[in-house]
Amino acid sequence: MDGKTRETRQDAKIKTEAVNLYYGSFHALGDVTFEIPARAITAIIGPSGCGKSSLLRLFNRMNDLIPAARVEGNVFLNDIPVYGKDADVVSLRQKVGMVFQKPNVFPMSIYDNIVIGPRHHGIRSRRRLAEIAERSLSQVALWDEVKDSLNAPGPGLATGQQQRLCIARALAVEPEVLLMDESCSALDPESTMKVEELMLELKQRYTIVIVTHNMEQAVRVSDMAAFMMIGEDRVGRLHEYSATEEMFIRPKDKLTEDYITGRFG
Amino acid sequence: MKKFKEKLSGRVFFALALSSISALALITVFIIVNGVPLIAEVGVGNFIFGMSWAPSRGEFGIFPMIVGSVAVTLGAAAIGVPVGICCSIFLAEFAPAPLRNLFRPAIQLLAGIPSVVYGFWGLLFLVPFIRNYLGGPGLSLLAGAVILGIMILPTVISISEVSILALPRQYKEGALALGMTHWQTIRSVILPSARSGIVAAVILGIGRAIGETMAVIMVLGNAVAMPASILDPVRTLTTNIGIEMGYASGPHQQALFATGIVLFVIIMILNASAQYITRKR
Repeated sequence: MDGKTRETRQDAKIKTEAVNLYYGSFHALGDVTFEIPARAITAIIGPSGCGKSSLLRLFNRMNDLIPAARVEGNVFLNDIPVYGKDADVVSLRQKVGMVFQKPNVFPMSIYDNIVIGPRHHGIRSRRRLAEIAERSLSQVALWDEVKDSLNAPGPGLATGQQQRLCIARALAVEPEVLLMDESCSALDPESTMKVEELMLELKQRYTIVIVTHNMEQAVRVSDMAAFMMIGEDRVGRLHEYSATEEMFIRPKDKLTEDYITGRFG
Repeated sequence: MKKFKEKLSGRVFFALALSSISALALITVFIIVNGVPLIAEVGVGNFIFGMSWAPSRGEFGIFPMIVGSVAVTLGAAAIGVPVGICCSIFLAEFAPAPLRNLFRPAIQLLAGIPSVVYGFWGLLFLVPFIRNYLGGPGLSLLAGAVILGIMILPTVISISEVSILALPRQYKEGALALGMTHWQTIRSVILPSARSGIVAAVILGIGRAIGETMAVIMVLGNAVAMPASILDPVRTLTTNIGIEMGYASGPHQQALFATGIVLFVIIMILNASAQYITRKR
């Protein structure tokens, strides 16, 4: 990790260079090199256990929570090394928000769920916090549904609303990147539609990276698609990376084609 | 035949289970039968709020002992609860695995030390220490509070730790993903989420402290008087029974059973509220 930056495409938000990830002796990701464009939706797809979530969790250093996890190679956000010697994990995670598979609304009021991030980043003014709450909830089209019950407990909402609340909570800290780890897999089709519409709207301002098992979803929302595959050696690798349209119309090879047409999964 | 055996074994287990419940029922009935007449005779108000305990003159007021019990228990909580909760946070959130594997059995061991040993240690070490450095007779409310503060640690620590570890991992990840620091995550998400379990741990710890007898008999001094400071000797409800049971008879003995009823009710209320709090979520 020498921290040097290289010439990149103007709009690359996140870059990885020959990234290897190990969990103890288990080699989870092998030589992943790619660039994620700004203000677009990039979908990471691939069969279960191929390291999609592990790759996503590199970008906000969530893998740090696993004591035996070790990263080799470089990950850059805005050309600044994420795993640099004096990289600040806390400020990285303010810039790179995350929405999880299951809605993880905290057991507190809807309002407190939203403002907990900004509050800890030093915003004390009640008026500012109230503005942030309204703005974030409006961004996820939840404001009209909950504006009269902001003090009600967050976990009392329906699952779809909870997930949108989690997205609003992530947006409240004004990140630049939003990571979504199968964030629709626990939702009903209607809520999924809502979240997808939301993603398309949010990509005007945010860089979004999603992990999904749902090929239709990848086609519907993503601009770029990264197909990950497990090799014979059980190591997850990036098999093909291209514009989504390109991949789904003209997959590079048989393996990609077989996966995206649902022949294995 | 097979069916008969099945039926029989069910019955046998039921009978054995029943016997443990009936032990509770028997003890309860026994205490009530022996204690209630005296309370009725003296009057509930005079018994609970009476300031004078002089069995030979027929005066049975246990208020100084209620104050003693409450004061010693609050003191124990003031010492044991912060230490215990911090220890559980350390074990659940900070301790690397080897350290955790050392701490957990050590804390369990703390629960295994007989209370008489705590009392003995208090008498030989704590009491002289207080006498020499803080003043007073040494046998004091403070000595009892310190001993009980240590004795409730295993209860407070293990129940708090379990309630922290039982939280979904997603709470912690969610908070960290918002750019909160580890400590902010603990303070603002983990502790509030585990609150009911931690409150239950505190209540059960208090229940343990209020019921403890042997350890405190040896260090409290046991004078039946309202303490004016934490360095004064006090007597608790439990030690009152423990000290006088050996020679009490007649109304005096009944008064000790009546003291037991008061204790019983206090502990029942504490345990019931701990159960209520943990079930509410």
